[in-house]
Amino acid sequence: MQEKLILIGNGMAGIRTLEELLKLEPERYQITVFGAEPHPNYNRIMLSPVLAGEKTLNDIILNDRDWYAENHIQLITGDPVVRIDRTRREVVTQSGASAHYDRLLLATGSNPFIIPIPGHDKQGVIGFRDIADVEAMLSAAQTHAKAVVIGGGLLGLEAANGLLKNGMDVTVVHLLDSLMERQLDKPASALLKTSLEERGLHFMMEAQTAEILGDERVTGVRFADGAELAADLVVMAVGIRPNIQLAQAAGIHCERGIVVNDTLQTFDPRVYAVGECVQHRQTCYGLVAPLFDQAKVAANHLANLGIARYEGSVTSTKLKVTGIDLFSVGDFNEAEGDETLVLQDPGAGVYKKLVLRDDKIKGAVLYGDTLDGAWYFQLMREGSSITDFRHTILFGQHDLGDAGHGDETRVAALGNEAEICGCNGVCKGEIVDAIVKKGLFTLEEVRAHTKASSSCGSCTGLVESILASTVGQGYTAAPSKKPLCGCTEYSHDEIIQAIKQHQLKDMDVVRQFCEWKTPDGCATCRPALNYYLLANWPGEYQDDAQSRFINERAHGNIQKDGTYSVVPRMFGGLCSPADLRAIADACEKYDVPEMKVTGGQRIDLFGVKKADLPAMWKDLSTAGLVSGHAYGKALRTVKTCAGKNWCRFGTQDSTGLGVQLEQMTWGSWMPHKFKMAVSGCPRNCAEATIKDFGVVCVDSGYELHVGGNGGIKVRVTDLLCKVETEQQVLEYSAAFIQKYREEARYLERTAPWVERVGLQYVKDALFDQTQREALHERFLYSQQFAQIDPWKERAEGAEKHEFEKIEIAA
Amino acid sequence: MNNWIPIAALHEIPQLGARVVKTDTQDIALFRTKNDQIFAVKDQCPHRQGPLSQGIVHENSVTCPLHNWKIDLTTGEAQGPDEGCVATYSTKVEEGMVYLALDAESGI
Repeated sequence: MQEKLILIGNGMAGIRTLEELLKLEPERYQITVFGAEPHPNYNRIMLSPVLAGEKTLNDIILNDRDWYAENHIQLITGDPVVRIDRTRREVVTQSGASAHYDRLLLATGSNPFIIPIPGHDKQGVIGFRDIADVEAMLSAAQTHAKAVVIGGGLLGLEAANGLLKNGMDVTVVHLLDSLMERQLDKPASALLKTSLEERGLHFMMEAQTAEILGDERVTGVRFADGAELAADLVVMAVGIRPNIQLAQAAGIHCERGIVVNDTLQTFDPRVYAVGECVQHRQTCYGLVAPLFDQAKVAANHLANLGIARYEGSVTSTKLKVTGIDLFSVGDFNEAEGDETLVLQDPGAGVYKKLVLRDDKIKGAVLYGDTLDGAWYFQLMREGSSITDFRHTILFGQHDLGDAGHGDETRVAALGNEAEICGCNGVCKGEIVDAIVKKGLFTLEEVRAHTKASSSCGSCTGLVESILASTVGQGYTAAPSKKPLCGCTEYSHDEIIQAIKQHQLKDMDVVRQFCEWKTPDGCATCRPALNYYLLANWPGEYQDDAQSRFINERAHGNIQKDGTYSVVPRMFGGLCSPADLRAIADACEKYDVPEMKVTGGQRIDLFGVKKADLPAMWKDLSTAGLVSGHAYGKALRTVKTCAGKNWCRFGTQDSTGLGVQLEQMTWGSWMPHKFKMAVSGCPRNCAEATIKDFGVVCVDSGYELHVGGNGGIKVRVTDLLCKVETEQQVLEYSAAFIQKYREEARYLERTAPWVERVGLQYVKDALFDQTQREALHERFLYSQQFAQIDPWKERAEGAEKHEFEKIEIAA
Repeated sequence: MNNWIPIAALHEIPQLGARVVKTDTQDIALFRTKNDQIFAVKDQCPHRQGPLSQGIVHENSVTCPLHNWKIDLTTGEAQGPDEGCVATYSTKVEEGMVYLALDAESGI
């Protein structure tokens, strides 16, 4: 017998909850939805573009009536629920019909707050909340000329902008002395006001509305100081109030909103609530993103899985007025003890302010250039210390927008045909289309539908910016806690922690402990778990070949035609005539179509058939060559320059040191690929300052550099410290590697890792002798199990099935 | 009327892994799930012809190694927002032996 679930409120929060629920438990409930409006679920945050004539009503429908039918959901519009009888578990509608429920979900949203001044109920006085309001505004604009918008907040300004675009003469009346005071500080607010005035809006600041004038229909507004203003239309946009009438009348505990716990349950355990009607930990939200977080959690509990918790959301704001870029988040008005960083360029119309406490971002206001909003928001959510780049932070994230985009980082200014994702060839227009037509709200959804930023990820910032400017205030960069993948609610960090703390040593055990929803995991989580277990339990955990990407399973790079490439290791880039002869012989024997010298100072042999790999490795292995791990999330190469043995500028034996480093570290599995280099003097011919770990030799010793990257996003290393002996170089490098191996998230390179945890954090660990020595020791211990040449093993017959096809005559 | 061809012993295919079966005309990927079910599909992703046999197997699906398309092995259909389908073939296991029938069941 199916249980009965009733949803009151056919809006975004409620329907999103049903969507999440259907993903988890499609058959569990017989679902009925009651909606007060005569429309199916539409995208309420897109009402402003509809009013401004940039979109039509049809554009913003999220779930059409077919969707309800396909999912066997009964949708009842136009006969609103007027009463909930909790004892009999029934809802009663206006027409007197009643329906029974086993579980009830309240998503009644909010109502615009209408100031109870004399005349507020006259014709032509409306809020800005639903399609009916937009229709009323559009039709007023046809026949009337003068509009007054009361309220200079987000909603009020969007309404005013829309009415202006429809040809009305619009005055915005605001009680306080600056616009959007809840989202902007005064300087940003002043910039906004100027730019809106240039578009033709009028403002009356510090004006308190006292009365709406007119007979049946409004004719004007009178203010507390006696002044009057003519008006044919008055839009009240002074705020929203959670719609709690139904719940309150049914005796469900409400304060400002319907009070819910972390599982979105009300005080009646059969009744859940989500969205703007809800009060959670003393907060009521009026933006879309938190509603989606809530929907996920509520659906999880309605599906009886009972593992998710909603812990509140930090929200950011964007104004959807085309051509005006502003962004704000957090506490952007500094309190005592806070510091502020400000960049002001009135000529270019740019203003940026960051509020800091203890070198962490507490809040941000951006006006005119909001590209880095998502980045600041992320730094704030993760509580990252900005000490190391405090002096440049206002200029933005140096690596946002990869080489292909050049200076063109202002997403809003890009044309529709501008290519955003170079890997998958996705243009801005396609992304915007998908966001609008398919109703996407998160980066993950955009990735799934368009593939943009789903490969190398370098355009993630651009895609997020497009998402933010298209969706507007509904968008948050990412949930504050990001699950490892769709199989679990736990984040990378929580899983790493659990593996360490609870001594989880087996993949099934981790999945059980962290409440995986799938029996085998997926292609995202399996390689991650395999790595975490390997890194934490060397010598105990048995590597699982079937949880590795094909490159690591076949110990070669799969090429686009299905052949593989083979790269033998050349320690420090050194080689002997015998090595080269063995490589040349193997190439001839196995018909290698192309050889190439790589940037990592070794030789890449392309186009090897998979079935030939073990035999070819056998030949190479006999000549003393081992795998270069050019295919793995592992130690790749140690690049060196000639050094003092040959070079007249060389200060130390860079080649010899590079060989030692590579001999110590080869074979080590890492969260991501890991490259090293040793330069013999500050001319830095080995390019050590764009490596994960780089050494620059100087006359008095060795400079150690970390967190560099020469790939998609060039990042110059940070100087870790200077040491005096080769032995210290080896010890520090092993300790750094081990810290990274133990704590970074899978597929996180050292550059973003160092930026995330802060250079100081890494220094604190490495400069402490006890910690450094322990890390060094743990690295050497794990290397005992890692330095087994995988090529030799396979040449001797291991994993034979991987390389042999089964041939049949058919 | 299936024409069953014996292919390999079950244990010769790794759990949550695959083997490639080479016929005169094409490669077929033969998958073994955790609970020892066997599936066969053409070894070519409907997206950009990636070798599905090289992907990661989870439940009754495989994720293509080239661009992460997820293919349902029971139907050959791409899952999620991706659209496409790969030919599937019937298989059976009898007394530890895996058999394959080469008349395509679905897809092209």
